[in-house]
Amino acid sequence: MSILTAVITLAVIATLFGLLLGYSSIKFHVEGDPVVDKIDALLPQTQCGQCSYPGCRPYAEAIAGGEADINQCPPGGEVTMLALADLLGVEPQPLDAEHADEPEKTVVYIDEQTCIGCTLCIQACPVDAILGAAKQMHTIIEDECTGCDLCIPPCPVDCIYIKPVKPEPDSWRWPLPEKNHMAPRA
Amino acid sequence: MTLISQHLWHFHGGLKLPSHKAISTAQPVTCACLPEKLVVPLQQHIGEAGQLLVEVGDSVLRGQMLAESASYISAPIHAPTSGRITDIGNYPIAHPSGLTSPCIVIEADGKDQWCERQPIEQPRDYSPAELRQRVRDAGIVGLGGAAFPTSVKLNPGPDTDIDTLIINGAECEPYISCDDMLMREHAAEVISGCELIQYIVSADRCLVAVEDNKPIAITALKAEIKKRGLDNIQLISIPTLYPTGGEKQLIKVLTHKEVPSDGLPSDIGILMQNVATAYAVHNAIYLGEPLISRIVTLTGKGIHQPKNMWVRIGTSIAELVQQAGGYHKDASRLILGGPMMGFSLSHDDIPISKASNCILVENSSPEQAATMPCIRCGACVTVCPAQLLPQQLYWHASSKNFDTVQDYHLFDCIECGCCAHVCPSHIPLVQYYRFAKTEIWNQERERIKSDHARQRHDFRQARLAREKREREEKLRKKKEMLEKKKRAEAVDGKKADQTDPKKAAIEAAMKRVQDKKDAMKKADASASNTEKQK
Repeated sequence: MSILTAVITLAVIATLFGLLLGYSSIKFHVEGDPVVDKIDALLPQTQCGQCSYPGCRPYAEAIAGGEADINQCPPGGEVTMLALADLLGVEPQPLDAEHADEPEKTVVYIDEQTCIGCTLCIQACPVDAILGAAKQMHTIIEDECTGCDLCIPPCPVDCIYIKPVKPEPDSWRWPLPEKNHMAPRA
Repeated sequence: MTLISQHLWHFHGGLKLPSHKAISTAQPVTCACLPEKLVVPLQQHIGEAGQLLVEVGDSVLRGQMLAESASYISAPIHAPTSGRITDIGNYPIAHPSGLTSPCIVIEADGKDQWCERQPIEQPRDYSPAELRQRVRDAGIVGLGGAAFPTSVKLNPGPDTDIDTLIINGAECEPYISCDDMLMREHAAEVISGCELIQYIVSADRCLVAVEDNKPIAITALKAEIKKRGLDNIQLISIPTLYPTGGEKQLIKVLTHKEVPSDGLPSDIGILMQNVATAYAVHNAIYLGEPLISRIVTLTGKGIHQPKNMWVRIGTSIAELVQQAGGYHKDASRLILGGPMMGFSLSHDDIPISKASNCILVENSSPEQAATMPCIRCGACVTVCPAQLLPQQLYWHASSKNFDTVQDYHLFDCIECGCCAHVCPSHIPLVQYYRFAKTEIWNQERERIKSDHARQRHDFRQARLAREKREREEKLRKKKEMLEKKKRAEAVDGKKADQTDPKKAAIEAAMKRVQDKKDAMKKADASASNTEKQK
């Protein structure tokens, strides 16, 4: 008899907790994947596809799903990789040798004399940073350009060029002082 | 109250440094010659650059506004002399980067003719807001070095009550003596400016703080206050200790209050202005003159005749050095600002801006000691006037731990250079802090930019999806319509056969042609008959 009481009591408690859990999973349901949002917030949003995924968010989804490594973002460089390692609690991974240095910030510009107004680059631009219409000259809105270079391959007349972003006094950064390599290390 | 304000406190740390001021205070302030060409930078203040009001080729008068303030935190720029604008373009400016920035080039006509000025004789007849607008229109910025627009500082907001105005005449950095000379020679204007600022912010009391190594300035100011019979302006002589002229440090010394981290002096009811700013406010109100000149100290062992000069904004440093006797043959380093907080310039073809207070030319210094590793002696901690942990900041800045370095309150660092000065390992500590600060600002800019790019990308994705949906919808509707039509035709197909207008029209046309042909045949036949009869 006492065993039966125990079994019934436990069954009732289990049912109650089950209902509670079921209710809270509906009540506190989270839309989307918060980890993906957090990863996406750290990515540079160039939408360049150099990570082999079609944009920053797909790459974030791939990282969250464990399909991609955290060192596949050349525009983000080491800073992004370290931030991702910190967020996900994984070991930092070295970047490819060619991306080891801080990537230079670039934008593109259109040689307006050569442009034939084909609109192919406009269709390629992931952030709508190119202004123009069919058979009209196109131009880049420099402030909006992320430097992803996705507009360069579709151009049939090769009139899009890369140029580095010039530093302004306002955005200039002090260099890290050079360490004295002759001095004994701590 | 008198007793309380005469009691002085100490801030943490600080250094007693050799002042080196006497070499530039031996002779009175001279006026620098009016240069033939002036290069006036559009951005001489913290905040947004001014918006241009003139074009190349325009003639301008002295004091005429060249650029107006672009936003609230901004200041207009005025023509330092009369002349013609020959160019508007990028020229090197006084900045540690050595980069160029937009400047207006004025070719002086030598007449130095003023534009129309609107002096105010009785400022008390005007409201503080009107006077503040005058200060804003005169392009006055903080002349202590930070160049923050003064009118913004004079408007602390309706909820903030300013009870104490502090006029900063400490000038604690070695070599610099421009404020000292200004107080000696223009005590009346400085005190008059103090009264005006006090009226604008309605402060109960005004404390004029001067370091005790400037006895002549102290005497002059004291005499002026006594002459005017002002009992709410008080001159306080403070002990000479670097960096007592720092805003937070001076507030601590005078009031024993501490400005909160991330806070402003106005949060604790205090406003601080430099003596030269007070002088500029006097000029703007009583004379209607905008800020177009300032005193600059030319000093150092690398210059022949160290002195102070009244300099028009936009005068090149090279020209000033010429007027101060030129460089010594051993001159090695050109510094803008003082030896502790200034920065090196790579060349001297750079214009004086509103914030340039001192040009220091150093002689070839003894071999700079090599940087050694940090031995954690803690000497930097004992001298830091902001009570920070400089060596922790150094470790985390050098390893690019930007989050941690902010946890150690990097942004409370005033870059006074005390820590680097006492470091036995000669580590350029301030350079690490400057590096970390600009990196953090850059990351913040990048983050804003990437957020913006994400927003645009998401918008584009949404737009493409919407366009696709709309296209499909249109296609579906068209298809439906066609099918409907077909079905309708199939239903009344037979009826349409009989009364089809197209078929009827074709038949009618064919009938008409047939009729015509018949008529022609008949005509031909009758014609041949008549010929035969002939």
